Amino acid sequence: MHGKRSRNLSFALALLLSLSLTSAGVAADQEIKIGAAYPLSGAIASTGLDCLHGAELAVDIINGKYPDLNLPLAKSEGLPNLGGAKLKLVVADTKGEPRNGQAEAERLVTQEKVVAMIGAYQSSVTKTASQATERLKIPYVCSDSSSPTLTERGLKYFFRVSPHDAIFARDQLQFLKDLEKAKGQKITTIAALYENTEFGSNVGKQILKLAPEFGYKVVADISYAANATDVTSEVGRLINAKPDVLMHASYITDAILFTKTYKEMGFNPKGIMTFAGYIEPGYLPAVKGDGNYMVVRSTFALDLAKNKPLVAKVNALFKKKYGIDMSENAARSFTAPFVLADAINRAKTTEAEAVVKALLATNIPGDQVIYPWKGIQFDPQSHQNIHARGILVQIQNQNYVTVWPFESAAADVIWPFPAWKTRK
Amino acid sequence: MSEQLLAQLINGLLIGCMYSLIAVGLTMIWGVMNIVNFAHADFLMIGMFTSFWLYTLYGVDPLLSIPVCGVLLFLLGWIIYKFVVSKVMTGPALAQVVVTFGVSIFIANAAVFLWSPDFRMIEKPLLQGSWIMGPVRLSIPKAVASIGSIAITLALFLFLRKTKTGKAILAVEMNRSSALLMGINTERVNALSFAIGSSLVGIAGAFLSMYYYIYPQVGGTFGLLSFCIVALGGFGSIEGAFIAGILIGIVQTLGGYYFDPAYKYAIVFALYLVTVWIRPQGLMGW
Repeated sequence: MHGKRSRNLSFALALLLSLSLTSAGVAADQEIKIGAAYPLSGAIASTGLDCLHGAELAVDIINGKYPDLNLPLAKSEGLPNLGGAKLKLVVADTKGEPRNGQAEAERLVTQEKVVAMIGAYQSSVTKTASQATERLKIPYVCSDSSSPTLTERGLKYFFRVSPHDAIFARDQLQFLKDLEKAKGQKITTIAALYENTEFGSNVGKQILKLAPEFGYKVVADISYAANATDVTSEVGRLINAKPDVLMHASYITDAILFTKTYKEMGFNPKGIMTFAGYIEPGYLPAVKGDGNYMVVRSTFALDLAKNKPLVAKVNALFKKKYGIDMSENAARSFTAPFVLADAINRAKTTEAEAVVKALLATNIPGDQVIYPWKGIQFDPQSHQNIHARGILVQIQNQNYVTVWPFESAAADVIWPFPAWKTRK
Repeated sequence: MSEQLLAQLINGLLIGCMYSLIAVGLTMIWGVMNIVNFAHADFLMIGMFTSFWLYTLYGVDPLLSIPVCGVLLFLLGWIIYKFVVSKVMTGPALAQVVVTFGVSIFIANAAVFLWSPDFRMIEKPLLQGSWIMGPVRLSIPKAVASIGSIAITLALFLFLRKTKTGKAILAVEMNRSSALLMGINTERVNALSFAIGSSLVGIAGAFLSMYYYIYPQVGGTFGLLSFCIVALGGFGSIEGAFIAGILIGIVQTLGGYYFDPAYKYAIVFALYLVTVWIRPQGLMGW
């Protein structure tokens, strides 16, 4: 009896061992499954879909042959070091909920057997999803969530390509300084307005911390619920505080609601600096001309094509596939698959430890990314891309145009904003 | 400071009237059938989209879409009652809870599928802009929507008190078995109440579409608040829902303004908790 049991046990062990061995290497013409979690239903489903489109196009480029694109692995079909293995996105819907982020990441890894993860968009969801992958020891490359805390957790398997909100907040304040110098504008007071989840409250924290360093006084500090149906009390407080500049971190629904309420209640600061919601593709179609003049932090704008022909080529492919221009969201999510594919290709395996090692050695030059960066290289401690930086775009005639840094600007910034009642 | 107080008070009143109209439909369905209609917020969304498409495709102003939305949602409510809800009315209690939840999920996903999750807005409605009266700016579409909400609620009130059908609905609400014994066709009353409740929220959707953005999940917070309003006002009480709606609108704006915007819904739900603690049947419930 005892002998039989131990034989069974050793058989099971052997089976387990052989299974783990086969999963470690990747045979030729095999698919490499990458998990992609995005909010595909719920309040910001339009954003999630937009992000997913960016990632899908990247996978198309990696898997196909694009000799005239200067992007990692574009010129070859699939991953050459793995016998031309192709990437396959396994998509999951987080519904924008942190608890689903965790559950979906676990499902993707344990049931769908993905070897790496990308996405999530909302920082709060990325946070739980990446905690799950950390526990399951699966690499996670994020290029669309911007909460600074994500790369402050000391995770071993988590990497971020895109800039975070501390970088963005600093950029915005630097812009105000530059504006004072270049245009002789006087700015002394700032109001911070931010939605109260992971993303917004962290931006708020950064603004409150950095503004005094730049010599600005914060005259209002307002956090609010992003799902509010009415924001007159928030705008009422802003009107009372009379700030020179408003800095607003929002998702899309609240961006639309606030824009309408600014107009309705006649809130006229010298300028409004914004994060996230104001650059989503759903924003301008909803508010039309009322969105004019808003200054938004970004990593990407189509007019970057002026100095970077690659941007126009990628956008042409995007437009051909989805019928619309590439938005900032799509452009941000676009890069994570390249970083992952490049690392897996160099590691010559999908085994997690080797991929992490390869990710740490990532060195993608600036001319192979679609943003105005020096490239992609990860900080060995935080795993944040050390070259990530933001740009500022302004909505002019219902178009996003790059206005800062002044040297890569496509147009002059319009400042101060005209008052609502003088607008047509 | 007091200028803002007045502005906030008026805005709270305006949004409160809107909440009232949404909640009145919900409370009516609850009162008659003891069913929580989880699809209520989705009916609101259908009303808004109806108004949006009439405007976009045929250039019909949302003001004129109001009766269309009312009639359309009346029919939709009737159909959903006849083909879905009535089937489980005699079934286990859980089935009754789950059925409208299923309808809600179906409608929300169908809307994403048919119309995409994009955000829309009626660009140039007939009513737009604000009346500026001293320090107070009063949004014209909001004001008209609020007056409309009050008028519709009043009309419903009169219908229930003055007409034979209305009295039959009230009778069923008070005591279903007695009403049945008195010869009231309770099945018809059920269908009618479900249809009227849906129609009201459809009308609310048309009003809301004059100034609010439209997308498949737009009902979310409105739905949550209307459950709270129905409970606060007293389950099944139309006057209660009306008063509670306005109360919550005002508490939300003033609470947000004086206390902290981040907690404005916390204040609303705290008010609700305190009320049901002192008066479990709600303000006007019995």
